[in-house]
Amino acid sequence: MTQEQKSFPAPSVSPETEEYWEGAKRGELLVRFCNDCGSPHHYPRSICPHCGSDNTEYRKVSGNGEIYSVSVMWRAPIPYALAYVTLEGTDISMMTNVVDCDLKSLEIGQKVKVKFSETEGDGPPVPTFTPA
Amino acid sequence: MSISGKAYIAGAFEHPTRKALDKSVAQLHAECALGALRDAGLTKDDVDGYFCAGDAPGLGPINLADYMGLKLRHLDSTETGGSSYVLAVAHAAEAIAMGKCSVALITLAGRPKAEGMATGTKPRVYGDSPDVPFELPFAPVITNMYGMCAKRHMYEFGTTSEQLAWIKVAASHHAQHNPNAVLRDVVTVEDVVNSPIISDPLHRLDCCVISDGGGALIVVAPEIAKSLNRPLVKIKGAGESPKGQMGGRVDLTYTGAAVSGPIAFDEAKVTPADIKYASIYDSFTITVLMQLEDLGFCEKGEGGKFVADGNLISGVGKLPFNTDGGGLCNNHPANRGGMTKVIEAVRQLRGEAHPAVQVPDCDLALAHGTGGSLGTRHGSATLILERE
Repeated sequence: MTQEQKSFPAPSVSPETEEYWEGAKRGELLVRFCNDCGSPHHYPRSICPHCGSDNTEYRKVSGNGEIYSVSVMWRAPIPYALAYVTLEGTDISMMTNVVDCDLKSLEIGQKVKVKFSETEGDGPPVPTFTPA
Repeated sequence: MSISGKAYIAGAFEHPTRKALDKSVAQLHAECALGALRDAGLTKDDVDGYFCAGDAPGLGPINLADYMGLKLRHLDSTETGGSSYVLAVAHAAEAIAMGKCSVALITLAGRPKAEGMATGTKPRVYGDSPDVPFELPFAPVITNMYGMCAKRHMYEFGTTSEQLAWIKVAASHHAQHNPNAVLRDVVTVEDVVNSPIISDPLHRLDCCVISDGGGALIVVAPEIAKSLNRPLVKIKGAGESPKGQMGGRVDLTYTGAAVSGPIAFDEAKVTPADIKYASIYDSFTITVLMQLEDLGFCEKGEGGKFVADGNLISGVGKLPFNTDGGGLCNNHPANRGGMTKVIEAVRQLRGEAHPAVQVPDCDLALAHGTGGSLGTRHGSATLILERE
């Protein structure tokens, strides 16, 4: 069931997103929330893309979610699953890979949980997901 | 204020090459410009406005105006990926309506085939954009992003691979008549669904071709159009819109055409039922299906039924589409299909499409482009053209 895993290029870290990646290093999935409209968003920005407020902060979320959509890239040297996962208790979905799974078994609506994957070089880990 | 009737497409040219080993990108731009100018009956000295996009080398209009020896008073290099050239027609019409230019040249060219680019299977990064660190590690490539759209559409609406396959089948019926088309063999639904899966649920034959080449258009003021010995193709309406992930409220079931389409129809004062021919951006079969729904040719979720049984085949179905074979079979120069969408619409309105696919009395056509990815963020541009 566990198959060879593609490597993950390291994300570039900017001052705007440094805190997010520091959380990733601690194994915490952070989501940026707006303190004015109350809405979460992803990818994280300093200014809320929903209401335009600059009163935003990171909050730790459970790391549970479900697959919104998924496509397995069979043509790649090491096939992998690209997915959007909707985060539990939110209306937001994030792009990710579903790992440590039977690629043929993945379905929309399937429950998954975060599993940080190491990246190349000295970069922070990235949030991937695995079946819950 | 409207651009309706304020400008005409007087020249159109599609480069015949599909693999340009012996040509530079700038040279292809210039050859396309020459072709379109000859088609219109104009010369480069008549051009006073120039439009290009991200495929143009260097600083776009600066370098290419210098290369081609253009003397300009208006230039524009709005980059919205493959939709840029559909959008450029509208922007050229706006500039002409405002008196900023009177003969606008639009060019596109590229050589991904000659360069061996892995168009569908390697991630593409557009500069240092803020989304890149949150996506690139997961290897979104064009095929798996559209695969996610197709998968969600199937989940929500029951769309099938066989229905998607009909879109390729229709394109292949048209491409058999185009001597320049990359894929000229007529294919069946079985051929498509039995071709290898690239990124599920998309098969090899759900994908467009990878090709070199390019194209050019000449957009002119009404008095110039009427002085030329060419059929009159009037710009009647246009719409444009970006669509993205909406701060994470991702919805892969619709495209920016849901915004750009109604704007264009409102400006043209026509409805989808009035359209005799449609050029629909076809990077993948799913691209066509979603855009047809969003443009209002059928209800949301009904696209699968709409495209089945040859409904897009000229002479067979109700909505003849991409009669040059489209990106799916003919040509997708520079991985940007918007230019060829406009060119085939112009051919249809002039009555210059191949006789086997020419729509009888084709007086109203739509051309729609997408640029970027339906799976993340993209630009949509819709153009409605009328033969006068």
